[in-house]
Amino acid sequence: MNIIVVGLSHKTASVEIREKVAFSPNQIEKPLSELVKLEGIVEGVIVSTCNRVEIYATTRDIAGGIARIKRFMAEYHHLEFEALESHLYSYHAEAAIRHVFRVASSLDSMIVGEPQILGQIKTSYGYAAEYKSSGIILNRFLHKAFSVAKRVRTETKIASSAVSVAFAAVELAKKILGDLSDKTVMLIGAGEMCELAAKHFLNSGAKGVIVTNRTFERAERLAEDFGGEAVPFEALIENLHRADIVLSSTGAPHCIIGPKDAEEAIKRRRFKPIFFIDIAVPRDIDPKVDKVENVYLFTVDHLQEIVQANLAQRGMEAEKAEEIIDQEIGQFHKWLSTLEVTPTIVALRNRFDEIRRTELDKTIAGWKDLPPDAGKRLEALTVAMMNKLLHAPTFVLKQSGQGGRVDLYVDALRQLFELEALQRDDEELELEE
Amino acid sequence: MTHLFFYLTVAVYGCATIAYLACLLRTSPVLTRWAGRILVVGFSTHLLSTIHLASRMKYLPLTNMQESLSFFSLAIIGGFIFFERRYKVTTLGSFIVPFSLILLIGSSSLHEVARQLPPILQSNWFWVHALLAFASYACFAIAAGVAVMYLIQRYFLKTKHLGALFQKLPSLDTMDEISYRCLSVGFPLLTVAIISGSIWSEQALGSYWIWDRKQTWSLIIWIIYAALLHGRLTIGWRGKRAAILSIIGFVVVLLTFLGMKHSIVW
Repeated sequence: MNIIVVGLSHKTASVEIREKVAFSPNQIEKPLSELVKLEGIVEGVIVSTCNRVEIYATTRDIAGGIARIKRFMAEYHHLEFEALESHLYSYHAEAAIRHVFRVASSLDSMIVGEPQILGQIKTSYGYAAEYKSSGIILNRFLHKAFSVAKRVRTETKIASSAVSVAFAAVELAKKILGDLSDKTVMLIGAGEMCELAAKHFLNSGAKGVIVTNRTFERAERLAEDFGGEAVPFEALIENLHRADIVLSSTGAPHCIIGPKDAEEAIKRRRFKPIFFIDIAVPRDIDPKVDKVENVYLFTVDHLQEIVQANLAQRGMEAEKAEEIIDQEIGQFHKWLSTLEVTPTIVALRNRFDEIRRTELDKTIAGWKDLPPDAGKRLEALTVAMMNKLLHAPTFVLKQSGQGGRVDLYVDALRQLFELEALQRDDEELELEE
Repeated sequence: MTHLFFYLTVAVYGCATIAYLACLLRTSPVLTRWAGRILVVGFSTHLLSTIHLASRMKYLPLTNMQESLSFFSLAIIGGFIFFERRYKVTTLGSFIVPFSLILLIGSSSLHEVARQLPPILQSNWFWVHALLAFASYACFAIAAGVAVMYLIQRYFLKTKHLGALFQKLPSLDTMDEISYRCLSVGFPLLTVAIISGSIWSEQALGSYWIWDRKQTWSLIIWIIYAALLHGRLTIGWRGKRAAILSIIGFVVVLLTFLGMKHSIVW
């Protein structure tokens, strides 16, 4: 049995195409059930996020399975097959396992290390399990992918560093102020980055926002957006001590906060630290402010440096993650390849035994003056013949588990002797859990 | 038997030190967990060794330098284990555990003969005094360790060198809180230790305060920490100044403890 992956992602398709192929989670039952009804497809899982749409399936017929899934994706969304096909990639066997492990570990994400993807795959798998489109192999496969992702997360620093300026500011604030839940953010001026950073701070639990702007109406509007408080620009300095985090991005030609102001504010707040972030160019905050004790001033350049360093580090951590995935692929592949050996041997024996019995019964039924112990002797003879004949193939099949040819042998045996296909079945997994 | 426990403790603390130093270089939850476990094992053998010694001698092992150093390091490790559980500050171990190991090795290099307990020490006030003094010293040791970390972290933030060690060290706020906790526990302990010490002095020598070097320096230590805590509570002293004062305070504690034999006891 083979695992195949067919899909497209931000690397191969623009957002216009991705949204056309996306499967809505509200109506996922229909495509899932159609998927497993495709010829040769045994199990199927559909992962659909804004950055990728992928189908994981198991099949005996790799080329046919991939082709049918590709066609299914086009037909289901009423798209022209030729136009879609150029965006689709497909993997099978080890490459498919590697791909899914990498996706789950967020190595294939637009922002490497972002944590959402794992949850999205888990949800997708949840649907497949609910509608019974996944079976023994994909169940085991995706659980393995989740544990690989967990290993990558805990053993590498891939997800621990901030790769956007706004996020870097939040991380830095935590290093200075600890828990942000009782902290107040002050926004001076407006600007996309400033607002984004403020949003990040609020998402990280910051308690309140104070907004100030040369145009007071603007400040009021922003304050309303953030559920904060607006103060007139003239009152900026006298409110400075109320802020734990100060984000500044005005268009002022000269500095608006000097070291004296910072010192004053620090004293008024009994030396509790203030974290200044100066996003403006030219600067809003005098660099000498950083010399004040318990004040920490960072400019957008400093933050950019952090982001660059983090990106470089992620690259290094990604290599470590690939190593982990390499190890895990080996293990899973071994499990997958030996999975069918025993059922195949059993099926083969049953087939032989069935033929033997039929023929034996026929012979005995037509034999008029059968000697008394001939039945027993014939039985022993045929059994011995069957065992001798089956000995070599059984042995070779069991041994091939260590090598890579087991799929080939299993397929050959099943086709040559017309053995039944392996059924999807959840029993084993239920027992495990 | 006590010796066996003791050397076992030194060995286990040695392993814990290596593990905690490795935690500075590598980020690995497994390593962190094991460092903690090893330390708990070390602490347990240390505790057993101390209890064994105490039951054999029929008094608390605090009567000479060897015993005191060992007890000091036991108290520090105990305090650290508490803070590590509470605040998840593994990096503090990279500073505190090696320090305790050094104290313990120092203790093992001394081979003072156990002696008959002089009558002067056979007072409950002495035991109260010594026990509380060591508990407060352990608090101050942890506060000083945190202060060193605070200064390192502050240096990184001011110079914008935000490397791997910066990522490892806890936030300034956490360290500030630990330091404050240590002081607010350590200072009352020290106060009661000094009071019980002077009651004992009265019993033994007929005077509450004899102005020997040990007592004088204890008073200086008390004043340093009183100033630190007062500054913190009234005007909110924290940060660099508080950290430096906390380190100075602990250096004085160490010098007083190591450099001056108690004119009464030793």
